[in-house]
Amino acid sequence: MAEGQFKDGIASERLQLAEIAENFADLHPPLDHHEAVVEADRCYFCYDAPCMQACPTSIDIPMFIRQIATGNPTGSAKTIFDQNILGGMCARVCPTETLCEEVCVREVAEGKPVQIGRLQRYATDTAMRAGKQFYERAKPSGKTVAIVGAGPAGLACAHRLARYGHDVTVFEAKPKSGGLNEYGIAAYKTLDDFAQAEVDYVTAIGGIATENGKALGRDFALADLTGRYDAVFLGMGLAGVNALRAEGEEADGVEDAVSFISELRQADDLSKLPVGRRVVVIGGGMTAIDAAVQSKLLGAEEVTICYRRGKEHMNASEFEQDLAAANGVTIRHWLQPRRVIAEGGKVSGIELEYTMLEDGKLTGRGETIRLAADQVFKAIGQTFDAGPLNGSGNLIALEGGRIKVDEEGRTSLPNVWAGGDCIAGGDDLTVSAVAQGRDAAESINRALMG
Amino acid sequence: MADIRSNFVGIKSPNPFWLASAPPTDKAYNVERAFKAGWGGVVWKTLGEEGPPVVNVNGPRYGAIWGADRRLLGFNNIELITDRDLWVNLREIKEVKRKWPDRAVVVSLMVPCEEEAWKAILPLVEDTGADGIELNFGCPHGMSERGMGSAVGQVPEYVEMVVRWCKQNTRMPVITKLTPNVTDVRKPARAAHAGGTDAVSLINTINSITAVDLDNFAPEPSIDGKGTHGGYCGPAVKPIAMNMVAEIARDPETAGLPISGIGGITTWRDAAEFMALGSGTVQVCTAAMTYGFKIVEEMVEGLKTWMDDKGHATLDDVVGRAVPNVTDWQYLNLNYIAKARINQDLCIKCGRCHIACEDTSHQAITSLVNGARRFEVIEEECVGCNLCVNVCPVEGCITMEPLAAGSLDKRTGEPVQSVYANWTTHPNNPAVRVAAE
Ligand SMILES: Cc1cc2nc3c(=O)[nH]c(=O)nc-3n(C[C@H](O)[C@H](O)[C@H](O)COP(=O)(O)OP(=O)(O)OC[C@H]3O[C@@H](n4cnc5c(N)ncnc54)[C@H](O)[C@@H]3O)c2cc1C
Ligand SMILES: Cc1cc2nc3c(=O)[nH]c(=O)nc-3n(C[C@H](O)[C@H](O)[C@H](O)COP(=O)(O)O)c2cc1C
Ligand code: SF4
Repeated sequence: MAEGQFKDGIASERLQLAEIAENFADLHPPLDHHEAVVEADRCYFCYDAPCMQACPTSIDIPMFIRQIATGNPTGSAKTIFDQNILGGMCARVCPTETLCEEVCVREVAEGKPVQIGRLQRYATDTAMRAGKQFYERAKPSGKTVAIVGAGPAGLACAHRLARYGHDVTVFEAKPKSGGLNEYGIAAYKTLDDFAQAEVDYVTAIGGIATENGKALGRDFALADLTGRYDAVFLGMGLAGVNALRAEGEEADGVEDAVSFISELRQADDLSKLPVGRRVVVIGGGMTAIDAAVQSKLLGAEEVTICYRRGKEHMNASEFEQDLAAANGVTIRHWLQPRRVIAEGGKVSGIELEYTMLEDGKLTGRGETIRLAADQVFKAIGQTFDAGPLNGSGNLIALEGGRIKVDEEGRTSLPNVWAGGDCIAGGDDLTVSAVAQGRDAAESINRALMG
Repeated sequence: MADIRSNFVGIKSPNPFWLASAPPTDKAYNVERAFKAGWGGVVWKTLGEEGPPVVNVNGPRYGAIWGADRRLLGFNNIELITDRDLWVNLREIKEVKRKWPDRAVVVSLMVPCEEEAWKAILPLVEDTGADGIELNFGCPHGMSERGMGSAVGQVPEYVEMVVRWCKQNTRMPVITKLTPNVTDVRKPARAAHAGGTDAVSLINTINSITAVDLDNFAPEPSIDGKGTHGGYCGPAVKPIAMNMVAEIARDPETAGLPISGIGGITTWRDAAEFMALGSGTVQVCTAAMTYGFKIVEEMVEGLKTWMDDKGHATLDDVVGRAVPNVTDWQYLNLNYIAKARINQDLCIKCGRCHIACEDTSHQAITSLVNGARRFEVIEEECVGCNLCVNVCPVEGCITMEPLAAGSLDKRTGEPVQSVYANWTTHPNNPAVRVAAE
């Protein structure tokens, strides 16, 4: 029998633990003091800075960088947290290359933006390492708010509400809080259990009670919450996954990329996590890249991402595509899955059809190709599962399959707000979820105190 | 190729770049390294009178301020004159001069303000074969508390007296090094001139405190929790030094007096600017202490290339050329009108010009044009002050464009006059009004 990385099929221990540890090292290692100061000096302190406008949470970036430059990283962290209490995670996971750093004037001038993300991490790490809390709760308002989902949207909402003195209860279906920060983000973006450290940091303000293992739709209904609390915020993310719509997709070895990543994030020993020798990932977004890269880092020999449109259509940023390529992942464009080929109920390959754009519409070209695979990951998008909203499922208005909200995050139901991935029109980014949670909290506060 | 050989009050050197009297010139080892690197001359670290040498502090003697990327902008020191034995120095000077006959070796001196003291040391220096002496009337710390250095330099009568003693007691050329710690540098320069000095050199360092340690409230550099004002130098002092050089160069009483320019010189360009303002040679300390001796290569090559480009054959074609253009404010042409112009192709849209002009000046730069982020000069408001040029991070992006005579100044609604007219004839000048009445 072949050993280690040459094992056929889906197998664990393809690589030694040490090698895996090296593979999963910090993608953007922290800046040390010297690096941070040198980098901070590059910022021009722009007027009405483009970076600040590009940040979904509108962090005062020139100000926090100036504070680093002047030797005040703690004050810098406060500037960040004022706008984004999950600034630590955002510093690690934001695709800055398509947000703040994309519009940095030094990107425009030299193709070398100020490394805003890493500076943000420097400042927030400094404050969090020191256990520095910046906010005190206002005196108790006597109002109560229920939050469903302890992801970035729910946590940001909870923190802002707690600051205003409201009593917040967070109901979270999973055993751990953090949402996709804990179960979804690529392991090399958030090391050392940072997601939990951040949850602790955020909730340390007080006034936030978290009930883990409590799911809306299973353990209680929305009507229970609206009856018992003054306001409700829904930050449930996306619980569903799209089907491949390819023949034979129920074969063993065809897996949902998000579940795979979730397992990976929860694994105590990554070398024990099984992965295929030949892996095909279907999709073109961040999840596809993360599943592919992490498969490779676990020791998969051949990893191919198949995307049904062109490079320029991929949701994954250029940086992420390059990251995949640098890790030895092959990205193939203009291929859509047709049929999963199985032997003895197990995946052995996948048949894909070449595609093209015809009059702006994606069409199959009839020609197909087969790729050998012993594991196929579906990363073709997640969907909002409205089921848990129960009786109110029919009542709460949806839009494009997600919860419809107004610009303040109000749903169609009185006293119910929503934010994050579960609302319509979002961009499925951690930082946007934070912005929406925070802004909904402001709206809730106005409604409760108005 | 331009000829940059220098003959400064009879002291010859292959180029005008000398190391100023300071640690880089404190011993033969350093000076020989400097000569190997290409320096044209040195002013040896200041010697004191015979006897037990001075002592220095045994902790930090330097402080600094920095710009972006921790570039050293300003430097300060609380060091005294040489703390090595006089005879060791004299022996080394003699040896070095013998080994490097084509280089300038000038010896800096500071002895008590008594004729005997000067009479005693001058022959000893003469005996080394050194090319000249520089009188250190500048050191602003320590030595001044003992009645030497800037304590002499700040009293024109003392300056004149000591210079005269030296001229009477040596055949060597005398360069008088001036302190900037005075309100009008022309006074000591005139005094030195009256005493018969062959040249002046300036500036020595400026009284300064570079920082305060906020943990224990001690000025920096601090010695056991206490600090004292040190002498400031480096790039930050260049504008101050250049003005002082220019003031002496254009003063009718001292016009034509040779000047060795010092203060913040770091590149060939700095040197050329000092020369244009009347410096026959230039002296460098901080730049060498920051980057090492190799920088002289850039200075030599840069100066030659610029001179070749401009068709200047020798240093004489350059020295003093800017002096006639240094004038008093009252003679500046008030009919000269310039407006800022922003090159949109170079603009990186940082917006600093806008916020600077908007918040602190004349509200003459847009931030939005037709709803888009765009920075344009509003000529109706622009007074041509140059603030935007100075704060723009991209060199050459914003320029000041003079308006041609006859064209309209949109700010005043008046056409631009072609004639030169200054404050002395301006109707708002009270003196002019009185004369008219
Ligand atoms: C694999 C992957 C990688 C990603 N990488 C990045 C990245 O690098 N950068 C980036 O910016 N974004 C990334 N994203 C997107 C980002 O993670 C999400 O946009 C963000 O987490 C959304 O936050 P949220 O609070 O809306 O939802 P979630 O983070 O999904 O949190 C929702 C929470 O609600 C809980 N919940 C759901 N249903 C119920 C219920 N019925 N009752 C109680 N609780 C419930 C869930 O358990 C979960 O904890 C990635 C997403 C995925 C899937
Ligand atoms: C550490 C240090 C020691 C100095 N010692 C002397 C000295 O002994 N005699 C002297 O005339 N000038 C001394 N100076 C002043 C320098 O010669 C020079 O005038 C001054 O530093 C300005 O030039 P710069 O800006 O190139 O450094 C000293 C300067 C420094 C930095
Ligand atoms: S020159 Fe002065 S007044 Fe004119 S635009 Fe620039 S900053 Fe404003």
